[in-house]
Amino acid sequence: MASQSLPDKGNDTADRCYSCFGTLTIARAATTEREIAAMGDGMTIDLSGVTRMDTVGAWLVYRAVRDRGAKVTGESDKVRGLLDQVAEADSPVRVIPHKKSGGVVGELGGWVAETGHTLLGLLGFFGATLIGFFNIAKRPRRFRLNAVVQRFDVVGVRALGIIGLMTFLIGIVIGQQGAVQLQQFGAEVYTINLIGRISVRELATLMTAIMVAGRSGSAFAAQIGTMKLTEEIDAMRTIGVSPIEALVIPRMLSAVVMMPLLAFFAMIMSLLGGGIFCWIYLGIPPLTYVQRIREVVPMTDLWVGLIKAPVFGFIIALAGCFQGMLVESNAEEVGLRTTAAVVQSIFMVIVLDAVFAVFFTKIGWA
Amino acid sequence: MTAASTSPILPDGEKSVISIRGLDNHFGEQIIHQDLDLDVRRGEILGVVGGSGTGKSVLMRSIIGLQTPADGTIEVLGENMVGREEDEAKNIRRRWGILFQNGALFSTLTVAENVEVPLREYFHFSTTLMDEIASYKISMSGLPADAGPKYPSELSGGMIKRAGLARALALDPELLFLDEPTAGLDPIAAQNFDELILSLRGKLDLTVFLITHDLDTLYAICDRVAVLADQKVVAVGTIEQLLALDHPWIQEYFNGPRGRAAKAA
Repeated sequence: MASQSLPDKGNDTADRCYSCFGTLTIARAATTEREIAAMGDGMTIDLSGVTRMDTVGAWLVYRAVRDRGAKVTGESDKVRGLLDQVAEADSPVRVIPHKKSGGVVGELGGWVAETGHTLLGLLGFFGATLIGFFNIAKRPRRFRLNAVVQRFDVVGVRALGIIGLMTFLIGIVIGQQGAVQLQQFGAEVYTINLIGRISVRELATLMTAIMVAGRSGSAFAAQIGTMKLTEEIDAMRTIGVSPIEALVIPRMLSAVVMMPLLAFFAMIMSLLGGGIFCWIYLGIPPLTYVQRIREVVPMTDLWVGLIKAPVFGFIIALAGCFQGMLVESNAEEVGLRTTAAVVQSIFMVIVLDAVFAVFFTKIGWA
Repeated sequence: MTAASTSPILPDGEKSVISIRGLDNHFGEQIIHQDLDLDVRRGEILGVVGGSGTGKSVLMRSIIGLQTPADGTIEVLGENMVGREEDEAKNIRRRWGILFQNGALFSTLTVAENVEVPLREYFHFSTTLMDEIASYKISMSGLPADAGPKYPSELSGGMIKRAGLARALALDPELLFLDEPTAGLDPIAAQNFDELILSLRGKLDLTVFLITHDLDTLYAICDRVAVLADQKVVAVGTIEQLLALDHPWIQEYFNGPRGRAAKAA
């Protein structure tokens, strides 16, 4: 070891002396701190043997002088300069901001206030989007066709693979689970009813919405959030480009338009998966399967599935864009807001799905 | 002045902290550096100047290992930097501090926590000592005490630079890389920054690699200036030495109206 310091605890008559040799730097700061702490107050710190010192070493010596009444001897000019410099820079700094704590009630109140604030903000955002649509309707030249078409590609076309595969598998799973139960009383032919109705009416649209929320809702929030962090949104505003028209409306439109198309595709894929399962596992030929599907799935089921889809798309895009716009300060917030966008949109989709289920049954589309 | 005195390579026998030989960097078709040589003396403040797009920042990124060069050798503090494993380079990383152009502060940490990051990574200090070190580094960098608990998003551009400097100085490095430290600072703050660097250099035996466009900084604190042009370091020397060269860019840079104003100051 290149450096050493020898605490020399002399007897009471002699000065208690802490002698440092070699380097007094950050590398041995922990040891030095301990050794100085072990010395009595009013010690003498002998720095004559120090060959190299940095500000951390100087700080430790300075601190001993300030708090423990230590005396410094044998320092070189350079060391003196360092000691003066850290002394000059001595001003306590708080590391983390002071947190106001109001107890449970305070936290609850804060939470309620924040939620109310967010809901109000959402309403405002919804209004701004409607105004944006209105403005574009008034002046169709401001409609950004390229941006919208590009979103169609990202949200719709590129989701075909994963949504197709997912709903194909879902079709097989419904068929398989249904068949196992229905076989118990010889009614396995009703597996087709099960696959047809549940796919078209409920699952295809719901699964598509969940996938779009995870794929595109999150992307909307992260893109817009990052653009807010890098002040791109501010730049847009100052140039006179409305972020609502340039960013939000293309995303809204793409989600609203693509959702029914994707949902229809998902229905077909789910029926296909179920059909292949019935053919292989139950021995129902494809022609019979298609014929049965046409008999047992009423047209209203298709309408139910397709009417829900754009509403879900709207919710997903609204949550994604709104959360993205809420990003304020740092990278972590982009992550939090993206999570919030996905969680809220999936939650809202499922709540609305329940509402729709009751509604359509009540109007007789059972 | 002889040509040898402004050569980017130090004469044999002089100790260098950074030594670059035959560095090649390119992005696709675009050649940034070709056969670039540069030596940095121990204890000097080396200013690096060059027009926009001449690869000053890329040079710095190559030296600190963020950019793998296509060819060439780079030695920092006597150790080869090209193709090193992360773990091996750790000992070197402890001995340098870097101030990025835009501060590159961690946005989820406060200023004081940012300063403590390198301390936590390499040492096990008591929280008290760590907070104290962060405190004096912050005030040494010219930040007010109430900047410590603030998040980077709450700081002005100049304060971000200072906080970045405080973090770069956290480990009392031997080698300090500064990427345009005074850009965006008001003249008084820039001058304070210059003085701070100069005084730290004197007390801590710092070697400073300073990328700058600020002619005042060049005149005020740089021992030597390296000029990047034509994909290499065309000359290194004191400003007087450089003025004697008849390279068109150097002449335009130092003898332009701004260059003359800075010289007069």
